[in-house]
Amino acid sequence: MKIVMAIIKPFKLDEVRDALTGIGVHGMTVTEVKGYGRQKGHTEIYRGAEYAVSFLPKLKIEVAVDSAQADKVVETIIGAAKTGQIGDGKIFVLGLDHVVRIRTGETDAAAL
Amino acid sequence: MTLIKLSRAGLVALAFGILLGLFLSIAAYDSSYAQTSPAAPAAAAPAAPAPLPACDAAAKPPILSKCKTDSGDTAWMLTSMALVLMMTIPGLALFYGGMVRKKNVLATVMQSFAITCLVTVLWMVIGYSWAFTDGGAYLGGNSRLLLIGMGTDVVNPLAATIPESVYMAFQMTFAIITPALICGAFADRMKFSAMLWFMGLWSLFVYAPIAHWVWGGGWLGGLGVLDFAGGTVVHINAGVAGLMCALVLGKRKGLGTENMAPHNLVLTMIGASLLWVGWFGFNAGSAVSAGGQAGMAMAVTQIATATAALTWMFVEWGLKGKPSVLGICSGAVAGLVAITPASGFVDPVGSLFIGGAAGVGCYWGATGLKHMFGYDDSLDAFGVHAVGGIVGALLTGVFARNAINSLGSGLLDGNAHQVVVQIYGILGTLVYDAVATLIILLVINAVIGLRVSEEVERDGLDISLHGETVQ
Repeated sequence: MKIVMAIIKPFKLDEVRDALTGIGVHGMTVTEVKGYGRQKGHTEIYRGAEYAVSFLPKLKIEVAVDSAQADKVVETIIGAAKTGQIGDGKIFVLGLDHVVRIRTGETDAAAL
Repeated sequence: MTLIKLSRAGLVALAFGILLGLFLSIAAYDSSYAQTSPAAPAAAAPAAPAPLPACDAAAKPPILSKCKTDSGDTAWMLTSMALVLMMTIPGLALFYGGMVRKKNVLATVMQSFAITCLVTVLWMVIGYSWAFTDGGAYLGGNSRLLLIGMGTDVVNPLAATIPESVYMAFQMTFAIITPALICGAFADRMKFSAMLWFMGLWSLFVYAPIAHWVWGGGWLGGLGVLDFAGGTVVHINAGVAGLMCALVLGKRKGLGTENMAPHNLVLTMIGASLLWVGWFGFNAGSAVSAGGQAGMAMAVTQIATATAALTWMFVEWGLKGKPSVLGICSGAVAGLVAITPASGFVDPVGSLFIGGAAGVGCYWGATGLKHMFGYDDSLDAFGVHAVGGIVGALLTGVFARNAINSLGSGLLDGNAHQVVVQIYGILGTLVYDAVATLIILLVINAVIGLRVSEEVERDGLDISLHGETVQ
């Protein structure tokens, strides 16, 4: 099993969610985060004092999937989240040891 | 640890001292009521009560009690008092509160609120008496200690058409907002206990005397200094004191490297708007009457404020590329400050010029001037209030028109000397204010320390000083 963790531009959330639902992924966790990569921040000016704000708001989406599905999920997210401008984000795929559904106690594949 | 115990002991001693003073004054309070109790009633009822004489400070002897006040003037001044109080709570509280980082917002609004409470009591006890009673050229007397003698049918000769209680309360709101303005200079780094001590001492030993000098019958008013609503008494006063605080306390840790951007400019805009609306009580209320003079003061206040806001906005737009909310709000406040001394003396054309000058001058005061000398006047108490007050005081000397107010004529009326007189007012206030403020600061610093520790400054004043946070 894998966790696919994607950092995306916030306005792309609905598109990504719809695309993932389309390939059978029916759950995700979304966190509001700040970050930067090659996309520089912006400058704010208050009474003549300039502040460089390098951290930009992003969304982190985490989806737990079968290892076999991981590549398809990554492709789908790329397709939905890409704009072609810098700042589109990154996707990380992490190994996942164990999954439990709290309500029923189902584990691993049955819990995804 | 010992210093903390000392400062807490000091606070307890202060509380006991206040209670003791109140207890001892009860004798004076009782005896004053014994003296004013009515004589035994006459045997026969009078046919009809004689009409009350009109209050008249100029009459010989002056009629200052048991006289008829003007209900229109009184109604307006009752309203003005509330408007000016609103300028501090919540106007100034929000204006400053929005500009600081979130971890300090509660401490910032607490300063305005606590000063309101503290200065109210001190003004009642002795501040009003020292500012607005007859005493001498430099300080008033003690005749209104604890406001004894201020009954319901007495007037202050300085405002003979309204009850003295209304005049006292109106002036109290000025005494409240002046120290509250100073807080902008030491935002994010002053101890609450030290702030209370400082503001208490400052309002008694700096504000009251200077108010007396300009308005209460003292030497600056005697020289002919024109200050309709407090450009000198309030704004230059607060601004210079703020500069002293910024210099003695030193810069905030992380200035220039950390992000100290305002955390919520919506609060600042709400505060600026409340200041603007409340300022009509400040300026038009300083006419102490409901009529043409108040009306003109209101009109020129509105014009100067809007002009200054536009000017600051366009200057910033040109120099920095974008017109900011903080900029337009600051510009409006700058205009309000500059028109304050002039509001009862100038015509609308004069107010246009004053607004424009304030927009440019205070923009520079809050940016260029600060960077030139490198002091950390965090929220520009000096840059906006002192610079604006000086610009306004000088331009009052230029634009004061005899046709608007018979008490003032300036350069445009052919009286160039008025500008010189205004300079006396500015310098007299500035020098005394700077020296006295410095002394008070150094004394408090020696006894309990002014500035919070580095950990407190880093963690934020809200949680460290007040045990509260906003989410």
